[in-house]
Amino acid sequence: MQKRYMAIWFRHLLTDGLALRQPELKGLPFVLAAPVKNKMIITASSAAAEQQGAFTGMAAADARAAVAGLLVINDIPGKAAKLLRLLGLWCIRYTPVVAIDLPDGLLLNLSGCAHLWVNEREYLKEIILKLRNAGFDARAAIADTPGTAWAVSRFAKAGPIVAGGTQAQALTGLPPAALRLEPDVLERLQKLGFRSVGPLLSIPASVLRRRFGNMLLLRIDQALGRKEEELVPLVPPVPYVERLPCLEPICTVVGIEIAIEKLLSALCVRLKAEGKGLRKAVLKCHRIDGRRVQAGITTNRGSYNLSHLRKLFNLQIAKIEPALGIDLFTLEALKVEDIDTVQEQLWIEAKGLADTALAELLDRVAGKVGPAAIGRYLPAEHYWPEQSVKIAASLKEEPGTAWPVQMRPIRLLAIPERIQVMALIPDNPPKTFTYKNKRHTVIKADGPERIGREWWRDSGKHRDYYAVEDSEGQRYWVFRSGPYDGDSPAWYLHGYFS
Amino acid sequence: MENKKDIIHKLRQNILQMEGYRPPLAGMHALIGLGPLETAFPNGIFPIAAVHEFVCSSAEQAAAGGGLVTGILSLLMQQDRICVWIGKTKPLFAPAMTVFGVAPHRVVFISLTKDEEALWVMEEALKCSGLAAVVCEVQALNFKQSQRLQLTVEQSRVTCFVLRNATAKLRSTACTARWQVKPVPSADLDGLPGLGFFRWQVDLLKVRNGKPGSWLLEWNNGRFMPVEQLVLAEERKAG
Repeated sequence: MQKRYMAIWFRHLLTDGLALRQPELKGLPFVLAAPVKNKMIITASSAAAEQQGAFTGMAAADARAAVAGLLVINDIPGKAAKLLRLLGLWCIRYTPVVAIDLPDGLLLNLSGCAHLWVNEREYLKEIILKLRNAGFDARAAIADTPGTAWAVSRFAKAGPIVAGGTQAQALTGLPPAALRLEPDVLERLQKLGFRSVGPLLSIPASVLRRRFGNMLLLRIDQALGRKEEELVPLVPPVPYVERLPCLEPICTVVGIEIAIEKLLSALCVRLKAEGKGLRKAVLKCHRIDGRRVQAGITTNRGSYNLSHLRKLFNLQIAKIEPALGIDLFTLEALKVEDIDTVQEQLWIEAKGLADTALAELLDRVAGKVGPAAIGRYLPAEHYWPEQSVKIAASLKEEPGTAWPVQMRPIRLLAIPERIQVMALIPDNPPKTFTYKNKRHTVIKADGPERIGREWWRDSGKHRDYYAVEDSEGQRYWVFRSGPYDGDSPAWYLHGYFS
Repeated sequence: MENKKDIIHKLRQNILQMEGYRPPLAGMHALIGLGPLETAFPNGIFPIAAVHEFVCSSAEQAAAGGGLVTGILSLLMQQDRICVWIGKTKPLFAPAMTVFGVAPHRVVFISLTKDEEALWVMEEALKCSGLAAVVCEVQALNFKQSQRLQLTVEQSRVTCFVLRNATAKLRSTACTARWQVKPVPSADLDGLPGLGFFRWQVDLLKVRNGKPGSWLLEWNNGRFMPVEQLVLAEERKAG
């Protein structure tokens, strides 16, 4: 596909930006100045100041003498980048790839976007008019390469749109500065009498390299399209994204459902064709009041199953507040993974943890009650009961070690509870114990099973566990915390056996 | 006279079939391994596609019920099948399941605090016919909720166990069976000191189309053993 780029040049970026924030400055001659070698040098001057003779690079004192009533304002470094970032984000409505071109411009990759505004001329007019209405003195040009667009936007007197493949003609009449060169190279060109780019294009590359360095050649190649120039997008593009603009603002559940259905079916077709499965997606709803609401889903395994993904999104609809209406839906797949479609077919009857239906069930549950509620346990290599299990990270994870064979209670109290115990010293099981004001007489007991703390992690008393059965046949797991030395140690109930 | 009995038997079978019970195929009397307890159920087999309700009135009974259910799960979770266990914030101590022959990593735990959420998740899980069983711990279960579960189960043929608190008054539900499990003192192991095998008194309070009753069961070396048989065996050994 033919690539097309647009360069936007803000002629008075900083002063226009300041005038927007302080409307009383509008139309006044004022300059921004920063100290350079003990002198205040003008870094930006407003349109009115420039007309009266205060230019960028002059000393502020000289400019004051030349222009009556000139306002000199301290320049804040980094302001240009901030302003350009905001303008660039605004431009994302015209194309997804917007790059900042410091110090005073933006570069847009508008390949495949201009036809939405009829043609390139209308597209350019739309952007420039909007920017001018906002108060920015902007010029723009469209060409096959960012270099030519940049040159034409700043230096050309002819039309702003360079037809495909005519970069050389467009550049011929422009001064060498249109090639984005270093000041010293420009100076050398000036001295040698190069007043325009045209003659440079006809000189052999080796001669140019010897006299002016590689940079000049690179810039010429980039401008002519012989070398690719990559833009660094302001917002990294999401590879899988679907957009659905609505003619009328949507504010009903049914409307949102239809939008989700449309977006998802388009996305699923694409995912299926490329053998990918969706893991994480977010639905962004742009409301007519300028706010944005969003809802996200995650899945346990890659899926392009339309009905499943729709169910997941339908659980989230309650979280979307349409207010006055939604006029644009975008569905972004933030995370996709490869799935082997052949294997999918083979294992469609798979049982156990590989079962797709199980993964889909857990996705729905996670969407409804949150993923934190779901857990599958694996053995951890710790004897301390509270640490002896860990949560599995995924459905695929298998136990790294075997499950312990010791008898463990089926219900373990999260926090052991104190009990009053009568027991023979030193290591006999309890004769009786009282828990919640109920006295239990122990008939049978197993133990002690001593479980020590991991001294390299925490210091504290070891536990001596006993499995006991009372006269009614109820079975408990109790422990004595620490040894008998001096005072009587505390006893705790920690679980119930079946 | 014989003819009349046959007709009544046939009619009974028809009614059972209409209610969702499938008669056992000839020669394939699939016993699940609960011993004489299975005779309480219609056709003499443990109903797989059914909702079983366990009432527990204390923490000890809840533990006993959990143990019995885990034991039954080990019978249902053959061939690497998966079970979903929906419970409170700390549902079950997973390592204990190994004693009952269940690999704990093949049980997916979902911890929820609200009954409504638990019921929603349970119904969704029961629609998933690849699962061996779904276990859910709830505070209460009313008739309408149990009816929904029963209808879902008849579709997907997943076994459902509801462990519920019995402190409130027990109303009738649409569940196939209502169980109550109480721990019972274990027997001595050949005169050795210490705890014996887990032993429970299993009461079937209600069985739809079956005969309620009470049994003593023991989890003995990886399978259920009815205690009467054990006693008989011991007497035989003693001569």
